[in-house]
Amino acid sequence: MPQAPHLAQTPAAPSAATPHDTERHDAAQDNTAQDSTAQDTTAPHGTGQHGAAQVNTAAHNTGQHDALVRRMARLAAEHGGHDAVVVPTRPDVVIVRAGDVVVKAHAPGMEPGPLRMRMRATAAPAMSGVLLPPLSVEVTETHDRLVTVWPAGEPVDQSDPDAAPWEEAARLLAALHSVPAEALPPLPPAHGPRRAAGLVAALTGDGPEERVIRRAFATLPPEARGERPHPRPAVTHGDWHMGQLVRRGDWILIDVDDLGLGDQAWDLARPAAWFAIGLLERSQWERFLGSYLAAGSPALGDGADPWARLDIPARALSAQLAAAAVAKAREQFRPLDEVDALLVDTCARIVSAGGTPP
Amino acid sequence: MQCPKCRGTMRTFDRNGVHIEQCENCRGIFLDYGELEALTRLEAQWSQGHAAPPPPPAHGAPSWGAPHGGGHYGGHHGRKRGWAGMLFSS
Repeated sequence: MPQAPHLAQTPAAPSAATPHDTERHDAAQDNTAQDSTAQDTTAPHGTGQHGAAQVNTAAHNTGQHDALVRRMARLAAEHGGHDAVVVPTRPDVVIVRAGDVVVKAHAPGMEPGPLRMRMRATAAPAMSGVLLPPLSVEVTETHDRLVTVWPAGEPVDQSDPDAAPWEEAARLLAALHSVPAEALPPLPPAHGPRRAAGLVAALTGDGPEERVIRRAFATLPPEARGERPHPRPAVTHGDWHMGQLVRRGDWILIDVDDLGLGDQAWDLARPAAWFAIGLLERSQWERFLGSYLAAGSPALGDGADPWARLDIPARALSAQLAAAAVAKAREQFRPLDEVDALLVDTCARIVSAGGTPP
Repeated sequence: MQCPKCRGTMRTFDRNGVHIEQCENCRGIFLDYGELEALTRLEAQWSQGHAAPPPPPAHGAPSWGAPHGGGHYGGHHGRKRGWAGMLFSS
């Protein structure tokens, strides 16, 4: 087995409590600790240097990290995966790929109980062809992390977003949403609203951008701010984006970290927000939404007015994305870039539009 | 003014600020310097104002949504790069 490589530390991703993003399964990296290429390829939205204090912390943790990676490589070998390499991903997750085996160390602080529930649900027959089953439902606790083992898959090509499989992605989400909760082992509640609330609450500044984000979030009803459970909880992925699809013959959804029972419209909230922000082209959004509705999922009502169900989650996601973008800009002591500014503008439009629609 | 072609009498019209001379005899038209360009500009403005509006989204849009008509962020490949990473991350 080759020497376990260091993790090429990526700058903070615009998110907090979420996981995985194994979108770069295929990106075998040179085994160099300071691989600036890896930083560039995994930091899509601006790169900035962390302060010296964080660099020191990272150096301090290197030994712990290497031990974790070695343990993950051994786990991969137990499942027949060899020649392990660390795959760049979000900074709080470690992914080791060894041939056709992917080993994931979930974000620090994740609770083992809910993750074990999610692993069992993912392996259930009702999820077949929808959500990638693990090689083992076992959750290994090692080096203060929870580690799981998965088959590898080919991710969506990030260099060609126009070629992204929007229809397939929508059909898979609809298929997931058609799985009755009763057909699965018990799942924990979804926490999309709580995550959005957390990111907005984490804004420390009091500039006009922070204020408009808070005001936009305040237009939401309590269940969309994580202050009340959703009245009709159903199976949700919890963290859907184009990085959550891999191809193993057919496309299939990956990542169980946020699988839970909640408002299924939240799974469409991120693309809905991209569209409302003006980032996602209408034609692509229509392809996605049209395929989702055609697949017959009941999550958006009868489909006559999908925005009746999408409006609130899409507002929440817009505020969440804006909060993450502004937090990142502040952390890097840089002005907002063009995309950041669009996110904040969207919050201003949400505030102007006033309270929630009927 | 006399028509340079048939020597008929030319009559002057003003149309939207464009100065036009037309021969009463052969109906030929004479334009001053720059007036052809002025007409072209007016035509472009007219056709823009009267072009068919983009079809409304089949599935609607929120009241607070960004306009998705022409330009803006959509449809321009170079400008999408700034957000492509968001498509693939939490």
